Amino acid sequence: MKSKFLVGVGLCLAALIASAPIASAQTRTKVTAYTALENDQLQPFKAAIEAGVPDVEIVWVRDSTGVITARFLAEKDNPRADLVIGLVATSLLLFEKQNLLDEYKPKDSDKLRPGFRDTAGPYTWTGMDAILAVVCFNTVEAKKDSAAAPVSWEDLTKPAFKGKIVMPHPASSGTGYLQVAAWLQIMGEEKGWAFMDKLHENIAVYTHSGSAPCVQAAKGERMVGIGFDMRGAKEKTNGAPIDLIVPKEGVGWDLEATAVVKGSKNLEAARKVAEWSATKAANDLYGKYSAIVAHPDVKSAPPNYPADAEAKLVKNDFAWMANDRERILKEWVKRYEGKAAPK
Amino acid sequence: MSGDARLRRPLIREQTVATLLVLALIIVLVLIIALPLWSLLSKSLQNASGGYVGLANFATYFATPSMVSALFNSLGVALMTTLLVVPLAFAYAYALTRSRMPAKGVFMGIALLPIFAPSLLGAISLIYLFGNQGVLKGLLFGHSIYGPIGIVFAEVCYCFPHAVMIIATGLRLADGRLYEVAEALGTKPTRVFFTITLPGVRYAAISAAFVVFTLVITDFGIPKVIGGQFTVLATDAYKQIVGQQNFEMGAVVGLILLVPAVLAFFVDRQIQKRQVALLSARAVAYEPKPAPMRDALLLAFSSVIGLVLVAMLGMAIWASFIRYWPYNLSLTLAHYNFGEFEPGGWEPYLTSLAMAGCVATFGTGLVFLGAYLVEKTKVPMPLRSLAHFLAMLPMAVPGLVLGLGYVFFINAKSSPFGWLYGTLAVLVINTIAHFYTVGHITATTALKQIDGEFEAVSASLKVPFWTTFRRVTVPISMPAILDIAVYMFVNALTTISAVVFLYGPSTKLASISIIHMDESGATAPAAAMATCIVLTAIGAKTLHVVLDRLVFSRLQVWRKR
Repeated sequence: MKSKFLVGVGLCLAALIASAPIASAQTRTKVTAYTALENDQLQPFKAAIEAGVPDVEIVWVRDSTGVITARFLAEKDNPRADLVIGLVATSLLLFEKQNLLDEYKPKDSDKLRPGFRDTAGPYTWTGMDAILAVVCFNTVEAKKDSAAAPVSWEDLTKPAFKGKIVMPHPASSGTGYLQVAAWLQIMGEEKGWAFMDKLHENIAVYTHSGSAPCVQAAKGERMVGIGFDMRGAKEKTNGAPIDLIVPKEGVGWDLEATAVVKGSKNLEAARKVAEWSATKAANDLYGKYSAIVAHPDVKSAPPNYPADAEAKLVKNDFAWMANDRERILKEWVKRYEGKAAPK
Repeated sequence: MSGDARLRRPLIREQTVATLLVLALIIVLVLIIALPLWSLLSKSLQNASGGYVGLANFATYFATPSMVSALFNSLGVALMTTLLVVPLAFAYAYALTRSRMPAKGVFMGIALLPIFAPSLLGAISLIYLFGNQGVLKGLLFGHSIYGPIGIVFAEVCYCFPHAVMIIATGLRLADGRLYEVAEALGTKPTRVFFTITLPGVRYAAISAAFVVFTLVITDFGIPKVIGGQFTVLATDAYKQIVGQQNFEMGAVVGLILLVPAVLAFFVDRQIQKRQVALLSARAVAYEPKPAPMRDALLLAFSSVIGLVLVAMLGMAIWASFIRYWPYNLSLTLAHYNFGEFEPGGWEPYLTSLAMAGCVATFGTGLVFLGAYLVEKTKVPMPLRSLAHFLAMLPMAVPGLVLGLGYVFFINAKSSPFGWLYGTLAVLVINTIAHFYTVGHITATTALKQIDGEFEAVSASLKVPFWTTFRRVTVPISMPAILDIAVYMFVNALTTISAVVFLYGPSTKLASISIIHMDESGATAPAAAMATCIVLTAIGAKTLHVVLDRLVFSRLQVWRKR
């Protein structure tokens, strides 16, 4: 009995030591990367980065855009991240404004599409790909209710969709915020809020993540999900009875981007990863998970992806999206949070 | 060391060692329990940059309608659950203790099932049962399971075992002589029920009600999964801290959560004092007489409840094997390929195992040694009382609140423990602290059964107490030590509320991974991970029971006369 106990203690000590950051004796530098990438992307991305930059080991800290953004800002006096990979440009502009990012320009960044890299002031971030919000429409559930497929955002305010729509909470989800920002940009502030007031009557729940709406629509748990484009395409490829609809007024989007954190204790290693992130090889990887990629030579055509999506991107003012983020979220929370659950 | 040296050692040194050990215990308990709570309190009185602002944060809290509505939602849900659970648990416990229905052992086992699962497993099952694609959706008559209905349903099942255990203990304490007298006097059974049975368990029922109320109001997993737009205090605290990094407001929510828990703690202690006075030494155990009608009704009732509890566990397990709910019901193991849904793959499960193993090993050691020092040494009473008080404190502190306290304590600017943040060590320490009290009570009870003569004889033979502890106390108490270890292991596996604020990139636990997968819509993999946890916890408990029956029952034969 006692020997077993000692073995147990030994194993525990071993586990505790193994988990301590200082004790691991290895040559690779551990680089902590804050990310909002999808969970299924993280293992392939880690493998690709470590193959491209052999002396680096990536440690992911993953959460929704809003959570990662809030956490990064809260840690600004004592940053725990070395890198930000796959976080929306809106958030990175916010960090840049507060002087939290390292000024570093990967040499391949000039080869990227002009809209996909930092243009103003000190160069801090490099775009990877675009994320979009689309409408995932479950045709099986729609048939049961004989609801017609929406073609415009206005269609979603019809009584037929009451309690049938889910969308991401813009404070936690990057997809949620980019779509709210898109409505305000295409309709103007006043009409945009009026539209969201009406839409709110039809919303069943605001989900934490941008993936959840299309997943829930795919499973028929809800009829309509306003959510992250690639998740919808993937669910459809998995056999879900959904259509991916791009409303005619246009869809919201943002860039996913990479940046090195100012004050990183592993600055050299982090910069090497940033260098890699602008290469064609990296963009080839992005192309497996995104339809629109920063490198002009990478053509991505994910299965079941709506063909008209790129043409329908709204005209984004990123500076406005970043600067007014706090104000917009505050207004949104005031209007739609804490109300009784709509049926 | 030779025997001569041991004999020559003056007794006073042993006393010094004991005092130093108790002092060390007090310091440890203050560090892992009292100081984090203090940090929480002081944080709630500060602004974001650490300046003292008095009650300003509380004023902001009560001036924000969405937060106040979460408070009332929490109170409503907790009250509703309590009102439902206590009568149900009473009837079930009554069937277990006061009837002659068959298969009582099986029914007791079924009642305990929810203990082995993270609370949110029941909520996941409910989505599959009553969600918009649920198999039993029609039973809701158009109401949505997302919101108060789902929360209350899942909480009732989650709290059921706790209420049954408390009330069954109360029912077992009955004095058989009262019933014999009542029968001799020809009292009607209903009158016996209302004048003897009910008054006898009223304290247990009140105690159960408080335990349930506290469990519900501080539970995070269930409202997170099935709450929909219905916010409660626990999800609010998570949103404030994790989602918005608004630590001051999180501290306020934590303190509000502490109020009902502390209240329950003190009411419960008062009640337990009275309960003791109820039973006299001459009481005779009550033996239920055969009553076919009563037994059949109670069997039917218990079967229905048992079926619900099994369904709440089984549905999620079944769903974890289904390829694409609800459109493709073929079976698959794909959802157990966690690398597809979770950056760590199977790592969170292994981390959970390591964490639970460490909690069981170190926690049991600390708790038992601590209880021994408090109970058996001749250290001045005030010191031992202080240690005992500190050991009882976690009972009144919900996991969520303790977790928040740790965040503030470790991350404070002046804290020397900043490096602990996100390590396995802090998860282990926090979990030991969280579940300290029950282990302490178990150990103390076992130690009280061991005659103090052992220590007296040892002292007169000049054998130091640590030798007595090692050679006598620990072997005699082995069953209790194993009880504590299994209790700590199972709870460390299933806990969410405390650790959700403390994990780091390389120490993500299975329960947190379940939350994250569910958040991104991956319900089936979340159910799969929960299934792994449940099976491990049940496996550990089964091993414990088998070990207890086969090995320790033999070693404990001497106890029976």
